[in-house]
Amino acid sequence: MTPPTVAPSAGARSRSAAQALDRRDRAWWQDLLARAVVGLGGISAVLFIAAIIVFIASQGFEFAWHRLSWSELLTGARWEPTAKPPSYGAWPLIAGTAWITAVAMAVAVPLSFAAAIYVGEFATGRRREWLKIVIETLAAIPSVVWGVVGLQVMNPLIQRLFDTPVGLNVLNAGIILGLMAAPIMTTLAEDALKAVPDAHREAAEALGATRWQTIRKVVLPHARPGLSAAVLLGIGRAFGETIAVLMASGHRLLPPSSVFDSAATITATIAAELGEAAVDSDHYQALFVLGLVLFCITFTINLLADWLVRGGRGRA
Amino acid sequence: MNPGETPFHATPLEQRRQLVQRLVRMLLLCVTLLLLVPVLGILGVLVFEGAPALSWSFLFDKPQRLGAAGGIWPALVGTIWLTATALAVALPLGVAAAIYLSEYARDNRLTRLINLAIVNLAGVPSIVHALFGVGAFVHFLHFGESILAAGCTLAVMTMPVVIVATRESLKAVPKAFREACWNMGATRWQTIWRIVLPNSVSGILTGVILVVCRAVGETAPIMFTGAVFLRLVTPETVFDRTMALSFHLYTVSTQVTDVPRAVPFAVALTLILVVLAMNSIAIWFRMRLRGRKKW
Amino acid sequence: MTAPAPATGPANLVTVRGLSVRYGDHVALQGVDLDVREHEIFGIIGPANAGKTSFLRALNRMDEFVPRMRVDGNVTFAGRDVRSVRNLYALRRQIGVVFPLPVGLPLSIYDNVALGPRLAGTTGRAALDEIVERCLRRAALWDEVKDRLDGLGSLLSGGQQQRLTIARALSQDPSLLLLDEFSIAVDPVTTMRIEEVLKELRRELTIVLVTNLVQQARRLADRTAFFLGGRCVECAATDALFGGGARDQRTNDYLEGRFG
Repeated sequence: MTPPTVAPSAGARSRSAAQALDRRDRAWWQDLLARAVVGLGGISAVLFIAAIIVFIASQGFEFAWHRLSWSELLTGARWEPTAKPPSYGAWPLIAGTAWITAVAMAVAVPLSFAAAIYVGEFATGRRREWLKIVIETLAAIPSVVWGVVGLQVMNPLIQRLFDTPVGLNVLNAGIILGLMAAPIMTTLAEDALKAVPDAHREAAEALGATRWQTIRKVVLPHARPGLSAAVLLGIGRAFGETIAVLMASGHRLLPPSSVFDSAATITATIAAELGEAAVDSDHYQALFVLGLVLFCITFTINLLADWLVRGGRGRA
Repeated sequence: MNPGETPFHATPLEQRRQLVQRLVRMLLLCVTLLLLVPVLGILGVLVFEGAPALSWSFLFDKPQRLGAAGGIWPALVGTIWLTATALAVALPLGVAAAIYLSEYARDNRLTRLINLAIVNLAGVPSIVHALFGVGAFVHFLHFGESILAAGCTLAVMTMPVVIVATRESLKAVPKAFREACWNMGATRWQTIWRIVLPNSVSGILTGVILVVCRAVGETAPIMFTGAVFLRLVTPETVFDRTMALSFHLYTVSTQVTDVPRAVPFAVALTLILVVLAMNSIAIWFRMRLRGRKKW
Repeated sequence: MTAPAPATGPANLVTVRGLSVRYGDHVALQGVDLDVREHEIFGIIGPANAGKTSFLRALNRMDEFVPRMRVDGNVTFAGRDVRSVRNLYALRRQIGVVFPLPVGLPLSIYDNVALGPRLAGTTGRAALDEIVERCLRRAALWDEVKDRLDGLGSLLSGGQQQRLTIARALSQDPSLLLLDEFSIAVDPVTTMRIEEVLKELRRELTIVLVTNLVQQARRLADRTAFFLGGRCVECAATDALFGGGARDQRTNDYLEGRFG
């Protein structure tokens, strides 16, 4: 090895280099600024959630604190905010929401799980792509269009098929909500299936199990938390849908006793009455209280689903 | 084993399993195809009932008799205003949040909180967003019932969509590119600007399209924050109230009497054509990008 | 462990004292004391998981980007403690790095090489052209790509990408070049060409060469350190080390190929 020949400027260069190490140049400040700006963007999501809680709670607070009986709200059988004296019993709305959500899930769970299993585990290539496009298209149909379908298509259909006087009922709204919730549930369920490690599948198939046996004995049990989360989020969707259900449910403020009864949901009631209630009146505030209840329920559902998905992943 | 029978010959039990497998597969396919029924059914009905009423004059005329006759021009323009406003608010916020989460955030409590907030924001019912919009934008910020208030409400609602779509595409850029760039002395922001963002345009555009689809289709969040039943002039500023396609469809379907049967279908057809066109662009985009590898 | 050689002759560009690197609970490097002199090629040899790459990562403070990576001890570069440097990016601009897996950025070949100067604020087309050509020539890539400088750097072959990475590292005119097993993805002929270039580069800059090829260290390095199990076993002039002058039996065993 020959000893290195030192270029004359070398020492000087490393000294000036050392000074540059402390100079905060434009790029450095730019990075700081960018970090602050995108950080604000990130925090805005938290701020929005907090603001939703604050604004909705504050709008209904005065009424909820002083004049509202919570037991009446949750169990009272009459929702007559414009009667004299007004009555704020939301039980018909709660019952209507529960009925319609139940029907929606009865439609959506089999549909979406079958689709998820088929698309995720059996379908390949072009057919898979096409099925996904169909599911995406279904998801893209706006809720007000679903409402029109409920009103103009399902309504006469149900009247004719089941020989009922009104076709705008729990069944109509439930089917529509089920179809609306199905795409997102399919996607979530497929994600849950995908999260099952391939090693598990291969191990089962190496033992001679057929595809279906593998799915039933290995994949489905393993994906159960994710599938439960899919159902939960589907419930959240159906629960929170407004316009379609307002148009298709018949909006009758009585608790339904069969799927052929018309019904009203919490969401639809807010949508139907907010425009008529005078700002800051008891009625107006009561609608915000309903909104807060809705928010709390969906918030819980979302947290639970999130927890399930994480728990499921942790186990895998 | 009988002579002449290969060891790979299926036993009766195995044959039965194969049969079950085939039946299950058929059943699953049939149920999946059930999803086709509403898609094709709705499109079919809308085209069948709505197409005859759809014409240039329907698109470009003002409504008459509360929407029972005439066209939908002010609603069409109003929807464009609302969508643009929502996009102008949701896109920067959403992209910024996605960049923060994917490029800057460490795995700490704040990051988990933000992720939780996004999940929840996406799951809040649209009518609750409407209540929030009324409380926050219409009254508290004194936007009044206006395009601005309605657009902001839509933006809060659709922001999670932008975040998720953008974050996915940011994550698809290999970490090695970032490290190589950092090793060159690039700041995080220089790395994002020169390497990461140019390679995640597809995700951002998908986010844009999804926002447009939602903003065009949603009714509940705008009906109390800025959309009006009837306003024959097109809006001039974001502080105007406006008609909107989705709200117009709601009113002609439920509030107005003597509407010819074809009118709601024609409005719905217009609405869905806009949404599906945007959706197709998103799908086409995705497929084209998948075919073109850059690394 | 040997004490660091006394700093006679050329000044030390890098001094390392008591350096430890941990990833979570896993200790990758422990108690390393080393000096790298200006204008030398400093070889680091050792088997896998000896802590060689962690050593390089600590030099240009890549710990900033690796979650759970913790660096303790003292590293100075050009007389400055790298932890006290206020503009970390300026530090990295002065330290070129070539990692074993080549990374062609999804930019054109030209932009790949021009990235460093551009980050540092060079914008003139003529100046950039000159840098790009010089660096590509040095990395023995110019002849292969001079006709398609606007092709994507990320679509080059592995060996070409590796040379592109070297060209990129040279483009920012670093005073210290860190090479981590650069010859893994490169064929022997190109390796020899790059080795020639490195010998020339020694006039201008200082090179730390981590290599899994003992003979490569022998050919290139002025001094060589042997790492094993997260510790620096010994560090001596290459000639002495390979001439049977290793003080530690493990070094001799490794050099003779008894393990690795």
